[in-house]
Amino acid sequence: MNVKSFVKKYTMVIALVVVFIFFTVWTEQKLMLAQNMSNLLIQNAYVLVLACGMLMCILTGGNIDLSVGSTVCLIGAVAAQLLSKNNLDPIFVICFCLFISILIGMWQGFWIGYIHIPPFICTLAGMFLFRGIGRKILDSKTIAIQQVDGSKGKKFLDIFSSYIDVPGLDHSWTIQAEGRSVEVKLSAFIAGIIIAVALLAITVINRAKKAKKGYKQTSAISQFGKILVIDALILAYTWKLSLYKGIPVMAIWVLAIVLIYAFITSKTAFGRYFYAVGGNEKATKLSGINTNKVYFMAYTSMSLLAGLSGLLVAARVGSVNGDTGNSFEMDAIGSCFIGGASAYGGSGTVGGVMVGAILLGVINQGMSIKGLDNNWQYVVKGAVLLIAVIFDVVSNKKTGKAG
Amino acid sequence: MAEFILEMKKITKEFPGVKALDNVNLQVRPGEIHALVGENGAGKSTLMNVLSGTYPYGSYSGDIVYNGETCQFKTLHDSEEKGIVIIHQELALIPELSIGENMFLGNERKGAFGIDWDRTYHEAGEHMRQVGLKEEPTTLIKDIGTGKQQLVEIAKALSKNVKLLILDEPTSSLNEEDSKMLLDLLLGFKKEGMTSIIISHKLNEISYVADKITVLRDGSTIETIDNAEHNIDEARIIRGMVGRELSDRYPSREHNISDKIGLEVNGWTVHHPIYTEKKVVDNVSFNVHRGEIVGFSGLQGAGRTELAMSIFGRSYGTGISGKLKIDGQEKELKSVRSAIESGLAYVTEDRKGNGLILAESIAKNTTMARLEKVCSKGIINFDKENAVAEEYKGKLKTKTPSVQQAVGNLSGGNQQKVLLAKWMFADPEVLILDEPTRGIDVGAKYEIYCIMNDLVAQGKSVVMISSEMPELLGMCDRIYVMNEGKMVAEMPAADATQEKIMSAILMSDKK
Repeated sequence: MNVKSFVKKYTMVIALVVVFIFFTVWTEQKLMLAQNMSNLLIQNAYVLVLACGMLMCILTGGNIDLSVGSTVCLIGAVAAQLLSKNNLDPIFVICFCLFISILIGMWQGFWIGYIHIPPFICTLAGMFLFRGIGRKILDSKTIAIQQVDGSKGKKFLDIFSSYIDVPGLDHSWTIQAEGRSVEVKLSAFIAGIIIAVALLAITVINRAKKAKKGYKQTSAISQFGKILVIDALILAYTWKLSLYKGIPVMAIWVLAIVLIYAFITSKTAFGRYFYAVGGNEKATKLSGINTNKVYFMAYTSMSLLAGLSGLLVAARVGSVNGDTGNSFEMDAIGSCFIGGASAYGGSGTVGGVMVGAILLGVINQGMSIKGLDNNWQYVVKGAVLLIAVIFDVVSNKKTGKAG
Repeated sequence: MAEFILEMKKITKEFPGVKALDNVNLQVRPGEIHALVGENGAGKSTLMNVLSGTYPYGSYSGDIVYNGETCQFKTLHDSEEKGIVIIHQELALIPELSIGENMFLGNERKGAFGIDWDRTYHEAGEHMRQVGLKEEPTTLIKDIGTGKQQLVEIAKALSKNVKLLILDEPTSSLNEEDSKMLLDLLLGFKKEGMTSIIISHKLNEISYVADKITVLRDGSTIETIDNAEHNIDEARIIRGMVGRELSDRYPSREHNISDKIGLEVNGWTVHHPIYTEKKVVDNVSFNVHRGEIVGFSGLQGAGRTELAMSIFGRSYGTGISGKLKIDGQEKELKSVRSAIESGLAYVTEDRKGNGLILAESIAKNTTMARLEKVCSKGIINFDKENAVAEEYKGKLKTKTPSVQQAVGNLSGGNQQKVLLAKWMFADPEVLILDEPTRGIDVGAKYEIYCIMNDLVAQGKSVVMISSEMPELLGMCDRIYVMNEGKMVAEMPAADATQEKIMSAILMSDKK
């Protein structure tokens, strides 16, 4: 692979590295502090989750879901209300909330998929509808989730926003790092080692399998090079996590969602249909694929993830108010387009979208550390989105329909 | 006046990795109709795009001398100012605007306050009369047929004061009647002194209309044939195009028609999806035996495509009634999926719009209609998928470096092969091929015919819808003729002639 095609393929990854180095230098390495690295993930968990769902919608033809932020608010409100006012069991509350979000998704998916209401309009309506209902449930107040030990609220928080703690392993070792004495949460780093080794092993096994069947291989240097870079990043990141409270439970939720969506989009027939609809809906229909159902599923899954994000956000903040989830949809949409999803549908990967989301996250985090005000963050986000899409269109011309 | 109105000298144009044009020369005399022929990918359209400034000066090497001066066109606008107008194969008209608005789009007739609509429609009307259009200039483009839209494009060119008119495949989507009208119009313009360049795959039209024929092959000029007497036969042109004699344009096959009927349709009626009282297909019955190729002839709008699509899982129309039997078993195909599963395949006439996903790879397009065949438990086996794509690439001789290539990068003939591969992979018993050779070159056509012969040799039933009568006569065992939604004739191909088919259509019009 020559330099040019390498740059083309990994444009956004390179951009992420550049932005990361820039903020590390600018914040005098404060960005690299264990606490900041840990927070980077927790604060952006909702974006990562929402972006997966948004990708499915965008794949079907550049369609977006504007109602996401409102659904986050509505579900957060329902959860807070049931936990704090009705004192219900957290497991039941979670199931109930996810059930409601599926219903919301089916509602939107039905109109969009089967009645062919344009998604922009249908979800704009949803944005008003669900925000209104959410505020009504909150009665225009802020509802806090109880944090007293043993309360239902605390249990709920534990499910989403606690840290993994392995007794015996995690409190035995204290070192000097980042200019202070830190108790190393070894479990995080051990998990990192296990994942890194597993990735390497899978690659080796897959290559051996391919070699045995005589299939074409990608070059060993590029494939192992890639895996080693990823492994190094995993080890570095989990080491940082082990220096600050260990593995956040939220990371496991996010990882699970990302892996599931990555699997669906790249390996399954069901996922292939989303690309097909976005690539050419008429041809897809005439290939015997139920395109209505594809739209229906895209919006149902989007709302389900919005509901999950509502729970994640409620747990992280510890309270819900009428403005919770405001403009979350825009973060998710931005991540998708920065991450290389086509604005006309039919192309985009979960991996790319994750890079996009993390890029936005790093910019946010870096600017917050420097203490720049919120308004500037909007300016920078807007500029990055525009530059990313311009770059994509100019360098790849892959959108086709536009060029 | 110079001897040549246009001289293109030593034009060389390279795309990354490909030399599309290699030292091409073209000389056009004033007032002649000059045809440009060649297989797909020979460089005809590229050459015309160089001429019109779509590929700007500097992106190619060589000289363009027009009316005695060397031109350096940087945009389409530059060439239009000199009176060079190109009409592309895909019409550039906006359906929701009127004929007049389309005609002056980007070239509006301005008055003191914005657009002068009276002048716009008056001038539009004049140009429309020149091309023989009797519609009102305020009629919307979407309300007139493709043939008339093509005429609007020509009228639009006239409004730009055209001196050299370039037509890229002007008749590819027209029926014979409309094509004839368009060609006669060109001959009329020629008498008035206009020069035209026409790109076409339809060789009979070329020998009818062209004075000179320049043959391109693989990006180079092969020869310029003088056709002043209009006596050049098609075989002569084909020899230049493919570099060999293509003595038999239709491959022969053994006729092994089985007694078993693959597809039988009785009393099939389909209503228009929007104007639901209108019958698009009216009480049509037909059958196809196993091992038989049955042709469907008719003018455009005869209802053939609509018939095929309504059979194919009701993908067209409403209020569908009638009986359908596959292999003697009565079926009710309510969805495309059930049609595919019952062994039916419909290969669309519109491969870019309805058939393929251009941005996706050959492999993904090939498996699309039956993805489950390369899946286990819903998970795609990519190795298997690629193996399937490779297999069909070999079978159909698709020209591509890799099956990972995006279909949009292939030539028309190879795209058609991928589309065929997709439906062959679906493993149907009955294939309906709708205009399977539209817009592809002679060599690729021949290969498609061979594939059709292979299919019937395997005992499958093939329905071929085509607007090119010679092709139906050359390939089919039996021919049905449709007109205005009704079945008007059925004849064995051995007895059929173009005259018989046309008279069947015309007779039914009189009734």
